[in-house]
Parts: sequence; C-alpha cells; structure tokens
Amino acid sequence: MPNLAAADWLILLIYGFFMLMAGFSLKPAVTGSREHMQGGRAQPGWLCGIAMLAAGLGSLELLGMGAVGARYGMAGAGFFALGSIPAMLFAALILIPVYYGARSGTAGAPARSIPEYLGLRFDRKTRALNACLFLGMAAFSAGISLYAMARVFLALHVFDQVAHGLNLPPTGFLLLAIALPAALVLTYVVLGGLGAAMYSQALQFCLALAGLLPVVLLGLKKIGGWSGLKAAVPASFLHEWSDAALAGANSMGIGAVGLILGVGLVLGGSAWCADFRLLQAPMAAKDVQSARRAPLIAAAAMVFVPFLAILPGLIAVGLPTPHTSIFVHNENGAIYHDITVVPAVVEAGQGLVPAKADTNGKPVIGADGRSVLDYDMATPNTVVQFLPMGLLGLGIAALLACLMGGVAASATAFSTVFTCDIYEAFIAKGASDKRMLAVGRWAALGGMLMAIGAACTAMRFNSLLDAMALVFAVVNAPLFATLLLGALWKRATGHGAFAGLIAGVAGALLHHGLALPRGEQPGVHGGWIAVLHRPSSDLALGLRTVGFAFCVTLIVTALVSLRTKARPEEELKGLVYSLAERPQASATWWKRPETLAAAILLAAIAVNAIFI
Amino acid sequence: MFYDARISLGMLFTLLGTILIAFGISTRDHAEVYARSLGIDANLWWGLALLAFGVVVLALGRRGQARMEKGQTAAPAKPQLRRRH
Repeated sequence: MPNLAAADWLILLIYGFFMLMAGFSLKPAVTGSREHMQGGRAQPGWLCGIAMLAAGLGSLELLGMGAVGARYGMAGAGFFALGSIPAMLFAALILIPVYYGARSGTAGAPARSIPEYLGLRFDRKTRALNACLFLGMAAFSAGISLYAMARVFLALHVFDQVAHGLNLPPTGFLLLAIALPAALVLTYVVLGGLGAAMYSQALQFCLALAGLLPVVLLGLKKIGGWSGLKAAVPASFLHEWSDAALAGANSMGIGAVGLILGVGLVLGGSAWCADFRLLQAPMAAKDVQSARRAPLIAAAAMVFVPFLAILPGLIAVGLPTPHTSIFVHNENGAIYHDITVVPAVVEAGQGLVPAKADTNGKPVIGADGRSVLDYDMATPNTVVQFLPMGLLGLGIAALLACLMGGVAASATAFSTVFTCDIYEAFIAKGASDKRMLAVGRWAALGGMLMAIGAACTAMRFNSLLDAMALVFAVVNAPLFATLLLGALWKRATGHGAFAGLIAGVAGALLHHGLALPRGEQPGVHGGWIAVLHRPSSDLALGLRTVGFAFCVTLIVTALVSLRTKARPEEELKGLVYSLAERPQASATWWKRPETLAAAILLAAIAVNAIFI
Repeated sequence: MFYDARISLGMLFTLLGTILIAFGISTRDHAEVYARSLGIDANLWWGLALLAFGVVVLALGRRGQARMEKGQTAAPAKPQLRRRH
C-alpha cells in the first residue's frame, strides 16, 4: 500500500486550511444566535441545496453506497435514487414551505428547528420528546461516522509513516483519526455556526466529486470499459429492477412493492422530510423560494451521485483478487525471485474487497464456508488502488470531506436543537441573545464530545456500527409520520402526536427485538427479545422496522387525535399546508418548483431505466 | 457579513488545480508514479479540469459578491430580515 507523498500532504493541508478559513472568515458575521443557528437566514438556494446534499452524503453513506455497489451491483443506484429523490421533491413542494413559514402567530419569529415546529404545531411535550430523541441520534450518528472512517484510514495504511513516526499503536492511531477531524469540524462550527458548516459543505461536496470521478474513470478504463465490467461481475449486478419486478424479490431480499413503499416513501421521507440534520440547510435560506429550491437542487444532483458512489464498489469486486505470487525471471544469467506477499484477508476477499479479519488477523469464515467480506472497504480500496501520488491526496481529502460534511451537520443540528428546544424552552425562558449564542457554542462542543464518546465506545464494541439502522428507525420514522400528519391534517392534536411518537419508538424497538435476519446472531442485528420471524437480510429487517414504526405512529396519532379536542383553525394558520400562505408562483413557467420537480423525476426515471 | 461562498470554492479549486498541474508536469517522465493510474498523467489532466472549474466558479463568485454589495448599498436589508427573536 502506498504512503502519502509531499504533494498529497500539501493537498490535505490546503483542504484543512480552507475548512478552518470557513470558520474564521465567518466569525465576524456571527453576531447573534440567529446567525449562529440559522446562518442569518440569509443563504442562497444553491448553497442550501449543496449543503443539504453534503449533509446527506456523510461517511456512512459514502462507504455504504460503495458497499452496496460491491454487494448488490447497480440495484443499489436505483435503491438510493428511490430513497431520496421522491422524498426530496415532496419536501420541496409540500413540507419545506410549511417548515420555513411556520411562526408563532402572524408576527412571531420563524421556527428554527423541527422540534420547534412540533412545539408550535402540537405542544411542548411533543417538542421535548422529539428534541431529546434527536439529540441522542445526532451525537450517536456523528460518533459512528467518525469511527467508521477512522477504521478505514487505519486499514488503508496510507498514514503508516505518521503512526510509526509518532510511535502510535493501532488504538492510538484510531483515536487520533477520530479526534483530528472532530476537532477541525468543532473549530469551524463553534466559530461560524451553521453558516460555516454550509460554506464548508459546499467545498466538501465538490471535493468529494473531484476525488471520486477520476477513480471511477480510471477504474472503468482498467477493467476494460463498460463491456469489461459486464464480463467481470455477475450479470444481475448491472440490472436494477429486473428481479425486483419479476420474482418479487431481488438479491436484497425485498419485494417490489415493499421496495417502492418502504424505500421510496418511508425510508426516503424519514431522512429528507424529517431529519433536521438535512433540513437545517433549507430552513436557513433567505426566502421561501430559495428554501424550496434547495431540495430540488439536491434531487437533481441525486440523479447522478448514486452512480458515482456505487461504481467504485462495483469496480472493486470486478477486479482480479490479488494473490501471493512468485515471479521468476532470468536476467544475464542471474535468477531473480520477485515475491509479492498479499495478506490472508486480502487473498480471501473478492477483487479489492477484503475479507473481515478476526482478532488474530485471520479471515472470518461465514456459515456457508466462504469468507465474510468487509464491503465497507470497497470504495476506499479502489481510491488507493488507482490514484497516483498527488491525486491520492485529493482522494483521501474526498473521504475526509464526506466524513466532515456529515459530522458538521450533526454538530450544528445538535447545537440548534439543544439551544432552542431544551435550553430556551425549558431551562432559561427569555434568555438574552448573547446568552443563547454562548449556549449554542457550548452545545456544539458538548455534542462533539458525546460523539467522540460514542466513537470510543464503538472502538470497544464494533457491532455498534450496525445499530445505526435501528437508531434511525427509532427516531426518524415515527417523526416523519408525526410531521406528515401535523403538516397535512388539521385534525391531528398534540396528545395524538405525543402518543403516536411514543408508540412508534416502542414499535420500532419491539419489531427489531422480535425479528432476526437469517444467518445472524441475536443482538444488535435484531432478535434480542425473542425470534418470531426471520427476514432475509439486515436490509430487509431495517426496512420493515422503519415501515412498522411509521405505520404504528400514523395509526396511533390518528386514533388519539380523533378522541381528543382539536385546536381551533385560526391557531393553526401557517402551520398546516392547507392553511399556510401559498408561496407566490414564479412568473415564468419553467422556473416553478412543480415544473422543475417533474423534470427531475423524469430525468431520474430515464437514467435508471437504462439499467433495467 | 456573509460573503459569496463561491469565492472560497473557486479559490480552493484553482489552488488544487494549480498544484496538481505543477506536480503532474514535474513527474511527467516518471513512469513508476503513474503505474497505478494506467500510465496516464492523471495529475496533469485532472489538475487542468479542476483549474478550469475553479476559475469559472471564482468568476461567478466575484460577480455575485459585487452584486451583493451593490444591493446592500442601494437598499439596506429589509427590516423583517433584521428581526431578532
């Protein structure tokens, strides 16, 4: 494996410098809590869109997309497009205007966070419950992202010279790889707040593309173009929908209807319509038109981004697996033995995807007698394989950029939710703006420390990586159902929302505790109460848990709402879609969000139809 | 004051592109450096692409910044944007 050269280090240093500059250059602009938590609510639409996208393309997503590409092939691209584009378009057309325009009364300040919207639409208990759940999720997911990427950097061996120079043991290196990006993110978030996070996310997203695109191009060239890829991977890897539509179950083990409903509606909606880490960017836009444009821009990019993120994984499995080889050649009568030694885990892998190693460094063998592959390494290994000195620095910067964009989104969202929905709402009502700003900065620090704590726990208990799907199902899926009813149904009440949220959380835990994917041990993968049914894969279980939690919340909220007293309509003005101010239609027809949404949807269908 | 984010984006890419081009030219004759990228001087070519992107974005950003400043001197920020909670 290559070490980094001076040019690589220079690129990494420039990247770090620009991240810090985003914080320092915006520090003078952050004069109050509004500038810190909402970027002054003055950001242009394109920046909000890219920031939203970068927040949604964190390290877990980047590694996960490569892993899905290596495991299931092109089907993954359709999966990610389905899981984001419809939800983004729905958010742009219906939900963002409601969130963005929500304010207490006609003259009150606009809502600053999703929990605050819940507080305005429903009541204080719903707001507090969601705020607490969200804070836990944001810190945990940031920690897991940090750990996942630190593990990748350890396995890539590109920083070995540093680790040796500092005499670091592997755990010390892991700690450093967790703490260093966290400290960088913390610095610019504390200094510049959400504004700095968004400015740097714009840089990070472009860097991620700039780092991945040459990998894909070189990888495709190496493997012999599209036809070479076709020959190198199983035929089903290059088709998106054939199995799903025909047999009702493709290699992911999910039926076509389950796929469209589960992924398109619930999974996508829980992320892009309900997760404040993603929605904070459009809520910081300068006006409602820009706020609506943000998810549209993100959706337009999402037509292509999944392919770019999946192809490195697909290329990784398509390449020949390295083997230990002895090459004998004869030069001027002298016989040379060139021995290339390949570690056992690499040799037991498939292509560039290594096998998972146990504590002794031996490959882990699954129940079917084949080695268990570490799919998360697919994208990073492809990056290291193809990028020469110089570009390699850019490739590593791209991995770091994805990590930091996601973590920064968690940090700013944590800070905002803690400051407005816990501190201001429950601890110190009517705190001065100066105080709010200080609390916001300390909250960012607190959130980041919690994240580092979670990352260190994950270092001890590796299986926490797999708990992310459960945390998402517990927090976001019920919230999406609550927000959907709150924004679209005037009759939904505070008691209903609160009961629904609790029922949804309990439902998600119960469902996860009672089902176990085939071939897994009870525990973090599920089945920790009892094993009642066995879905075919982790992914199928995750989808079902999300869907179940969503439905439970929907039903319980509706039932309890119908039994409790509805709020009068004049109190709900601006908080429900049917009673919200209609955003003015743009003069030219092709600039209207509806037209753009339809065009993006058609483009997405057309691009994905190529791989039917 | 918030500035146009495209300025820093353009600056970053112009800088990265220049470095990659310089490095690509200086290592042109070292085939072993480019064994990994299939013999293509990927630094040079990709550096050119990044430089072009950076320059375009920087130009757009400077134009946007000029507009932003002009708009602010002509009409001070709307009162509703200034309202604090």
